Amino acid sequence: MNPFIEFVVASLIVVGALFALLGSVGLARLPDFFTRLHGPTKATTLGVGAMVLASALYFTAMRDGVSLHEIAVMMFLFITAPVSAHLLAKAALHRQRREADKAQ
Amino acid sequence: MKHRLLPRPALSVTLFLLWAALSNAASAGMLLLGALLALLLPHIVSSFWPDAPRLARPSLAIRFAGRIAWDMLLANWAVARRVVGPVSALHPAFVEVPLDLRDPFAATVLGSIVSLTPGTVSIDVDRERWVLQVHALDAPDPDALIRQIKQHYETPIREIFAC
Amino acid sequence: MLNFAIELGFVLIALAMLLNLWRLVKGPDITDRILALDTLNINAIALLVLFGIRAASTAYFEAALILAAMGFVATVVLCKYLLRGDIIE
Repeated sequence: MNPFIEFVVASLIVVGALFALLGSVGLARLPDFFTRLHGPTKATTLGVGAMVLASALYFTAMRDGVSLHEIAVMMFLFITAPVSAHLLAKAALHRQRREADKAQ
Repeated sequence: MKHRLLPRPALSVTLFLLWAALSNAASAGMLLLGALLALLLPHIVSSFWPDAPRLARPSLAIRFAGRIAWDMLLANWAVARRVVGPVSALHPAFVEVPLDLRDPFAATVLGSIVSLTPGTVSIDVDRERWVLQVHALDAPDPDALIRQIKQHYETPIREIFAC
Repeated sequence: MLNFAIELGFVLIALAMLLNLWRLVKGPDITDRILALDTLNINAIALLVLFGIRAASTAYFEAALILAAMGFVATVVLCKYLLRGDIIE
């Protein structure tokens, strides 16, 4: 394989994995649910997106023709991440309000 | 006004590209099947598919998408730095952004973009008051954040969809 | 170089998944657990993609696609259940 492409694929994998790890660190150590929501929705999504892009590049370089189907996974992740975050935040808010109502 | 053969050109193009991507654009047969699906499916779903607003300025939409991609990289850098930094330095806050747009689809697009860009997650769109509720990871100055969201994202979206 | 990057990627993703698992066990609220599950799922997709590159096989890709779709639907359904106490409105 072309060394330049190999370098790009390798760095995309490492940077992507690092971002995925940072998102999970955020999930583990931030103090409350709403701050914890930020790590996975942004860092992890971008990290996995970068790794999927690395896979697309790798298989395009390995075989004849382009490898596009990874792009579909990436688009799917980027479209669904805000929706999951939105619903999770709504559910958490709903539960907090209900707890507050019960406490009264 | 609706075209008889292609009632939803945007949906057809999306379907065709998605099919091409999923099948790796491997053969002419696959592309033909994708074109057939792109022609048929919009007709099948037309009775219940929600109406999206018209794309008034496609060229602006493409430039806007490029800027969003760049902002997402910056957002990740900003969030990553705050995640490993001291927790006590954060100023998490709920912020309400009053909206000028009045279209559910455009509001969804804005909400998704806000979730993917600098330090904010959209929580709720109030469709009676047209307010976007946002949670910010680190917002020492909520008014600046509101101005930024309105200038950077809402104004271009309103121009793109003409709403 | 690529092999080293893939091994490093495995280690980083495994660490991330351990952190997710910790949050999944610790909670404290059910929404934290759902968020942890969702993140665990996304990291599993990353792991599958890495396996695919290492094995130079596209067979893992289908699994990653299904995992992405199922994980999203599961998260949405669980949240809907919390919001309404009912999955289908």
